[in-house]
Amino acid sequence: MTKPLLSVRDLVVEFPTRRGTLRALDGVSFDIAPGEVLGMVGESGAGKSITGAAIIGLIEPPGRIASGEVWLGDTRIDQLSPEAMRRVRGRRIGMVFQDPLTSLNPLYTIARQLTETIRTHMDASEGEARARAIALLDRVGIPAAARRIDDYPHHFSGGMRQRVVIALALAAEPELVIADEPTTALDVSVQAQIIDVLKEICAERGASVMLITHDMGVIAETADRVAVLYAGRMAEIGPVRDVILQPRHPYTAGLMGSIPTLEHAADRLVQIPGAMPRLDAIPAGCAFNPRCTQVMDRCLRDRPALRPVAPHHASACWLVDDKGAHHG
Amino acid sequence: MLAYIIRRIVQSVLVMLAVALVSFALFRYVGDPIYAMVGQETSLEDRAALRDSLGLNDPFVVQFARFVGNAVQGEFGISYRLQQPVMELILSRLPATLELALISGMAAFVFGVAAGVYTALRRRGALSTAIMTVSLIGVSLPTFLIGVLLIWVFAVELQWLPSFGRGDTVTLPWGWETGFLTQSGRASLILPAITLGLYQMTLIMRLVRAEMLEVLRTDYIKFARARGLSNRAVHFGHALKNTMVPVITITGLQLGSIIAFAIITETVFQWPGVGALFINSVRVVDVPVMSAYLVLIALIFVVINLIVDLLYYAVDPRLRVERGGVRH
Amino acid sequence: MQDTKPRGRLFRIWDSDVAASFRRSPVAIVSGLVALVIVLAAVFAPWIAPTNPYDPSSLNLMDGFTPPMQPNAFTGNSYLMGTDNQGRDVFSTILYGARISLFVGVSAVLLAMVLGISAGLVAGYRGGWVDAVLMRVADVQLSFPSILIALLIFGVARGIIPPTQREAMAIWVLIVAIGLSDWVQFARVVRGATMVEKGKEYVQAARVIGVTPLRILIRHILPNVMGPVLVIATISVALAIIAEATLSFLGVGVPPTQPSLGTLIRIGQQFLFSGEWWILLFPAVTLLALALSVNLLGDWLRDALNPRLR
Repeated sequence: MTKPLLSVRDLVVEFPTRRGTLRALDGVSFDIAPGEVLGMVGESGAGKSITGAAIIGLIEPPGRIASGEVWLGDTRIDQLSPEAMRRVRGRRIGMVFQDPLTSLNPLYTIARQLTETIRTHMDASEGEARARAIALLDRVGIPAAARRIDDYPHHFSGGMRQRVVIALALAAEPELVIADEPTTALDVSVQAQIIDVLKEICAERGASVMLITHDMGVIAETADRVAVLYAGRMAEIGPVRDVILQPRHPYTAGLMGSIPTLEHAADRLVQIPGAMPRLDAIPAGCAFNPRCTQVMDRCLRDRPALRPVAPHHASACWLVDDKGAHHG
Repeated sequence: MLAYIIRRIVQSVLVMLAVALVSFALFRYVGDPIYAMVGQETSLEDRAALRDSLGLNDPFVVQFARFVGNAVQGEFGISYRLQQPVMELILSRLPATLELALISGMAAFVFGVAAGVYTALRRRGALSTAIMTVSLIGVSLPTFLIGVLLIWVFAVELQWLPSFGRGDTVTLPWGWETGFLTQSGRASLILPAITLGLYQMTLIMRLVRAEMLEVLRTDYIKFARARGLSNRAVHFGHALKNTMVPVITITGLQLGSIIAFAIITETVFQWPGVGALFINSVRVVDVPVMSAYLVLIALIFVVINLIVDLLYYAVDPRLRVERGGVRH
Repeated sequence: MQDTKPRGRLFRIWDSDVAASFRRSPVAIVSGLVALVIVLAAVFAPWIAPTNPYDPSSLNLMDGFTPPMQPNAFTGNSYLMGTDNQGRDVFSTILYGARISLFVGVSAVLLAMVLGISAGLVAGYRGGWVDAVLMRVADVQLSFPSILIALLIFGVARGIIPPTQREAMAIWVLIVAIGLSDWVQFARVVRGATMVEKGKEYVQAARVIGVTPLRILIRHILPNVMGPVLVIATISVALAIIAEATLSFLGVGVPPTQPSLGTLIRIGQQFLFSGEWWILLFPAVTLLALALSVNLLGDWLRDALNPRLR
């Protein structure tokens, strides 16, 4: 594997509350290679969005990174000064949020929001920035970009606004784009188009993508590798094909059961019984043990570490023995 | 746009007519217009004749129409107490009230917005806590008590500032009597302006703070941060403008209540304005002055309301598309 | 079944969150205590006050202008908070004054509550033109400061009541003036809640089995809006006390024979320049303590009943 663009090591994010400290992320590690698309899946509350926020340094206080490291290329970015981190945001890491209806400032034109972003990070005159902005809008598929650039966000439909958001995230040519549920709030008919636009442009520019979603279908079609989070811990990570065809964690297997496909009829739609534990009630041992169909004594006692099961494929489950074979 | 303005003007005229109706009922049925014009010795026959000649026996609608017609020309009859035309009395005192209201309104707005923004951005700072505590006391302190306490400290104990009156005034060519141009006029303005503006300032401050905190939680602010915009651009470019949209409406309405609240301040500081005129009229039931004051205040309110709505319209591009739906 | 839902919910709120939040909030406890002390002192004024300041036989002009906690130069009498120009004990006048302030404030809010709740229930339940008219009136009234409305009502009442009756009626005029200027908020909240509740199944069901609208309104809808009404009422009491003090200070409130805290401050202000500060200061502090503590209680109550708004 080439040197990773992003490297997250043993990341722990904590939220102090009145009833004690909650661990939203507990020892998460993963890499993203240049140009790679990493899918990040899990139920709501599993810590997907927190991971994104931690990388870009925008965890809402009082939440904080308690330990671990985040490396972007050769720079460690989890301990940068606020000002240095600000220069990373937008310039080296772009972010796309879930809801395009609320992501844009309603009182400013698209032009103003784009040129402002471009001029914050790049040495460009107002005119150059505007020309760039129009080219960007055109690239993300806004028809008549030169005319529409002076419109306000409310003049655009949801899908069009998400294209604008993507243009904004890519405005300063970042090396990594974190897309947090970019299609969840959109109409089903435009979801695929938005994912395609995002994927194409990033591929064209060699930018890596961290695609956060709870939709395994999107991951299957888009990502190179996939990371599965459960209750703030990494359950499994590996190439999309391997994880989907041979999941090595019972939770992943359950999630796979929830993708309806044409080949697999309704009998494959398995629901995982129970719900993810609240962060203040994570059981000892493996966090998944209350819901696991193959739970063993050891799962109630010891927490499994993430261990390789195949080339580039790792799982945190006691069913996988030290040699990587799977007794399932 | 034009249709919107016309609709708002029609609404304003309707409100004015309703207020005129109340004012007319006050004028006609609470006070006795004859009372003001004749001496004690006038016989009942003479009174009846006068009543007839003044049209006081005409149908209600006719009398009301006449009242409105006169009111439009600034004709509100003669004050019982001062035996002068009401309009003359009001016009001679209006500059004092308007100058006071203008200065305290501006001070309340400037300091209120500044303090609101500061406490929203430094939510946990010591100064913020102090400002919030003082503002809570400010809201609970009756205006007249603020005035009395200010007089005590700055006029009686420290003897820095005058405790009553307007000081020396200069009459401008168009008949406006101003206190701005003399040393004593400006000094006399300070304590009343603080008294009148303090309550409004705390209201504006709390409103700005609440709105700003709300705005800072929105997705477009998170997205602006994620694009690496500077704190300055995020706070004062994106957040403040969105904060100001609702603030403008309420602040505009506050401006109207400043003129009404001037009644109290003018009494405390013996300020020779319309408010003091009104309260003295209430004490002796000088009905023509009361009803004229009511119409005047309503007019000021309606005009301010109209301006605020148009301003709102100018600030928020969303409204321009909705073709000015009526908001309240 | 008819009562369990609303009463059960109110009881549960009271039992759990509100009580617990009160215990946890030092501000609420302190303001609760301050308000309680002032209210009790006002209610039991005739028994607590060392003198009856309005009984001419107990006054001695020689006692006038005695500073607090110091013996009078002529009589040797000493008073906790001093005396005013006529030798009245300031502490006693405050107790009696707070009594009047509280009476006017609470009565005015009760009036506003009855008016506002009735208007809100009717407007919300009936809808149509009744609703349109009531809410239009409310809108117009709300855009004017309530002190101005109260002043106008006061002025009108003065014009109608014959001069000989004015003094005796003054307190009631004041209550009506403040009460009428303050009903709108109650009406708005109750109207909104009524419109929501009206559509719910239990109200529909009650209507189907022939329960009269009045009974539905009172038994089923009213209990559901008591939370917000309570919050508004608490804050309104603070505002009404301030309004009363303001009107009395302006000289259009209670007659000088029954001075409220506002009247006392008006009187005290006259002696500011001659140095008898205590005649002003103690009533002013009492008014502030009363208004602030009730206001803080209202703030706390709003947060406690509505944690979302915090």
